[in-house]
Amino acid sequence: MIKITPQKVALAVAAPLAAAVVSIVVSSLAVMASHKSPMLAYKTMWEFGTQGGSLMEMLNQATPYYIAAIAIAVTFRAGLFNIGVEGQLRLGALFSAYIGAMFTLPPVLHVLAVFIVAMTIGGLWASIAAYLKVKRGVNEVISTIMLNSLAIGVTSFLFSKYFAVITEGSNNLSTKELPKSAWFPDLVPLLTKLGVPEQPGGSINGMLVIAIALGFIFWFVVNRTRFGFELRASGANPIAARVSGVNSKRMTFIALVISGAIAGLSGLPAVLGETHSYNMGFRSGIGFSAIAVALLGRNSAGGMAVSALLFGFLEVSSRSLELIDIAPETYVIMQGSILLSSVIAYEVVRRFKLTLQSKELAKVVTA
Amino acid sequence: MKIKATQLLLNGTYLLLLISIIRLITGATDLTSVGTASAALLLSVPIILAGLGGLFSERAGVVNIGLEGMMILGAWAGGFVGSKHGPWLGLIAAVFFGAVGALLHAIATISFGVDHVVSGVAINIIAAGLVRYLSTILYQGGSWPGPSQSPDVNPISVNGLPVLSGGHFFGWDSPDILTPIAEKHWFLISDFIGILRGITGDLSYVTFIAVLMIPLAFFILWKTSFGLRLRSAGEAPVAAESLGVNVYAMKYAGVLISGGLAGLGGGFLAIVAANHYQENQVAGRGYIGLAALLFGNYRPGGILAGAVLFGFADALQLRDSASIHALILLIATILGYLVYRDIKRGKMLSASISAVMSAGSVWFFFAVEELPGQLVTMTPYIATLLVMSLASQRLRMPAADGMPYRRGGLR
Repeated sequence: MIKITPQKVALAVAAPLAAAVVSIVVSSLAVMASHKSPMLAYKTMWEFGTQGGSLMEMLNQATPYYIAAIAIAVTFRAGLFNIGVEGQLRLGALFSAYIGAMFTLPPVLHVLAVFIVAMTIGGLWASIAAYLKVKRGVNEVISTIMLNSLAIGVTSFLFSKYFAVITEGSNNLSTKELPKSAWFPDLVPLLTKLGVPEQPGGSINGMLVIAIALGFIFWFVVNRTRFGFELRASGANPIAARVSGVNSKRMTFIALVISGAIAGLSGLPAVLGETHSYNMGFRSGIGFSAIAVALLGRNSAGGMAVSALLFGFLEVSSRSLELIDIAPETYVIMQGSILLSSVIAYEVVRRFKLTLQSKELAKVVTA
Repeated sequence: MKIKATQLLLNGTYLLLLISIIRLITGATDLTSVGTASAALLLSVPIILAGLGGLFSERAGVVNIGLEGMMILGAWAGGFVGSKHGPWLGLIAAVFFGAVGALLHAIATISFGVDHVVSGVAINIIAAGLVRYLSTILYQGGSWPGPSQSPDVNPISVNGLPVLSGGHFFGWDSPDILTPIAEKHWFLISDFIGILRGITGDLSYVTFIAVLMIPLAFFILWKTSFGLRLRSAGEAPVAAESLGVNVYAMKYAGVLISGGLAGLGGGFLAIVAANHYQENQVAGRGYIGLAALLFGNYRPGGILAGAVLFGFADALQLRDSASIHALILLIATILGYLVYRDIKRGKMLSASISAVMSAGSVWFFFAVEELPGQLVTMTPYIATLLVMSLASQRLRMPAADGMPYRRGGLR
């Protein structure tokens, strides 16, 4: 039986609240440094950001962040850190756009086939880091960073040399467009059918559904299955895990490969839902922002959803800052300060809780 | 593990001989030219500084993935202050900015016990975002190409070894004996002289200072009581505290020095290696510095070896892709040596893997005339991965590296 006391509620709220306060102070200072009123900035952002179109855009931004953050969280739970999501998702996106356009299948099957391509490529690329970690003892943080740089070189080489076709009447290089059967549907028409008032010009990437489903799967597998337990055990205490029969090397390998496979998926919202091809304008930096999303969300399915939405909101709403002559890049300051202050705040609260527990324990013992 | 000086000299000679042979076979003269050697040194310096930064931090027990971010801060500050107040003040600003980044890392990890890798990655993300923001608001409406680049910084003067490599001393222009020999392309001799001329001539004073940091770091860490205390904080903090060492202070010192050195490395990139700050200038060199630290087994000499290796790969990649093509043959030879070693040790599986890779490299060498640019730029990263995978088993990191420490044994 868990009792909910005011003290517990206060502790749960304390960390996010403190982080929010610190980041508001820091961002306000940044805005004031360019001689503008922070209140006006926040008001403009809020008004712009809460419009229907902006909210949809926020969801579209958050979708790849969330999928990529889940990929990172898988390794985090196993005591590892996959920084290579950026490379894995780029390779996944390129190959799925290229291979997906080579054949036609019935609608749902085609999308599934592309998913498998993306996951295989992402997983294979991550398996290099996994092999190096398990067999050669190379720190996965360093190897995934190097593999990121390699993946960016390899994709740009393959893309410009072999995969790209020149579309007539434009300078934009891109892979052959995917057949309609591989397109992921827009959610807006569906929502209109369900009676939600239509927003002109807006769209919601259908991959949002996949992201939500992945969130549930992640939560269930990590917290409710034996596999998830072994994953967490090998992360929390590798020696104890080995003693109790968990093959922690195997878990390390599997965790990195699964992470790469999920990371491969996070390039697909753009490929299947927006551009229907891989082109030169493929958004970079998703994998790095996702690290921040995962850290901010404490690697829990719910927390990462909130932080992915927050990051999406900040990015979309800050575009309005240009109207009042403030650099839209201010959002980077907001994201960064939230990230660092929340990481610290969570640790402070954790320590405070420990102190409280030991005090209570002391009371029980002496009584 | 300590390697004897004679052994080191012998290995160096073998390597030089091998490279000379490959130069002779492939005709890739840039492999050992003066220009390549000098560029290799120039490109090694930021990695040396980052690696030494990592050394101070990790010897004090704090893992510092944030080196990259501190270098970014240093590079930006170097470009900004340097373009306004001259290169030397720019370098000082770079050190200061790097140390500010390090202070954040120190507060998070030492005072609050945040996971070191988490904090470091957070610092990297924040640093990249912060400089982008600062560039946008400060360089907006400026000259071409806009907010991604700082105005130019005045260069720092260069000098060389007297008599041998040219140079200027008190108004006297010294002769340059080595360059004509290097240009003769005599087997082995010109190769050696070329490298020697490259690393002793046209040196920036900053390069000189940076290279001096290596013995200085060794001296501070291993020959002073401060160094002993700092290392004790990274090996056995509880024991150190019980003997009266202020572990927190030592860790703070280590991390701050680390940030200063990384910042200097960033400033070097902006001011000496280039003549302005540019977005993505650091391009993972902080991470490569960390890799050099691991490769060098947490020792200054090892860092130098690692940094030179990456600097060499980087220099070749920048100067001449034909040389990279020749380098494939070098990789094939090294893999061939591994096959021999593994067979001798009876490891047939890894021997066959190496054999396949070696044969693949040889095939690749003959199949491809010239490497495309996108692949050539990957050379330093491939070198890092290869070297890490070959070297990392006999590493011995500081015993308490990466562990949060709290006075009184609390967690």
